[in-house]
Amino acid sequence: MSDYSAEGGHGAIPTSGVPSDEGGSKRSQPLWEVFVRSRRGLSHTHVGSLHAPDAHMALRNARDLYTRRQEGVSLWVVAATDIVASSPDEKDAFFDPAGDKPYRHPTFYDVPEGLTHL
Amino acid sequence: MTSVAVDTDVAAYALRLGDDALVLGQRLGEWAAKSPQLEEDVALLNLSLDHLGAARSLLTRAGELDGTGRSEDDLAFLRDEPDWTNALLMELDGGDFGRTMTRQLLVAAYQLPLWQALSSSTDEVIAGVAGKAVKEVAYHLDHARSWVVRLGDGTEESHRRVQAGLDEVWPYAAELFERDELLELLIARGVAADPALLEPQWRETVEDVLAEATLTVPETTWRPTGGRRGAHTTGFGYLLAELQHLHRSHPGASW
Repeated sequence: MSDYSAEGGHGAIPTSGVPSDEGGSKRSQPLWEVFVRSRRGLSHTHVGSLHAPDAHMALRNARDLYTRRQEGVSLWVVAATDIVASSPDEKDAFFDPAGDKPYRHPTFYDVPEGLTHL
Repeated sequence: MTSVAVDTDVAAYALRLGDDALVLGQRLGEWAAKSPQLEEDVALLNLSLDHLGAARSLLTRAGELDGTGRSEDDLAFLRDEPDWTNALLMELDGGDFGRTMTRQLLVAAYQLPLWQALSSSTDEVIAGVAGKAVKEVAYHLDHARSWVVRLGDGTEESHRRVQAGLDEVWPYAAELFERDELLELLIARGVAADPALLEPQWRETVEDVLAEATLTVPETTWRPTGGRRGAHTTGFGYLLAELQHLHRSHPGASW
């Protein structure tokens, strides 16, 4: 288990060492992350989060909060504590090395003259 | 609009259905900003808007058919208490969240077979409203079932409060299944649904949920009635005041 989890879609929070709300709303109404598939053929996309006592109610709350304007045809809810998040401290090591490697993008390459059906 | 032939019987039936929807929608709307959680605030308002949508079509239909040429707004905002024909169950004060959810359960378990039956009503507007409402009320029932089970089979306090709410609203459900002359007439014409055919399914659904929720089916012989004849409970006047005062204070005001 990583030391970081998802919190409201805002990156990462430590899984330990933060003040907890023992017996309060955090325990009875844990956080769930919501993913909506807007159309067949597209992926589920993270749209936000909500509080609910259990998975069954989380799915229904997601329906009421995030699909009331026909935003989707499928819903996922995931307990925020089940999401393993990368650490902000690792940002440089994780992501910067990709910064100077433009050749990983297809646009780096010139398309040969006369090539069709690409 | 004016080409619709007057049919006061169908108009009266559309008004009953419309009044049920509008009054329950108003009660659910009272939860705005007062729900136990933000998520539930939106959920209850969604349910309220489903009822409001059905009410608008049904009141418009009633105004077309009754020969008075009244609009949906005239019927919603300019009728006094004795002219409202909703069942008493719809107008009862929502009470606490547990009581609101038990009322939701009793109503949704009734409206699901009702709208299913009315989908084939010989009145095309009622059939149209019913076709749309079937899907909506299927969700209302799922929502109510989810909460009643969680509250009933939850903590000691949630069980006590949801059972108390159930005991209070239960006697009013009997009125939903009453038959009168108007219904006999319209059942024969294929316009109305026969309450005798709805009640067994209602009872089965409700008892199934209550058993899962570890709640007790109340025993009572008290059968309050009168809503369809315009004899309402005390709290109904306050509901109408809130619903109507803006329109009556500022006639013709628009958004």
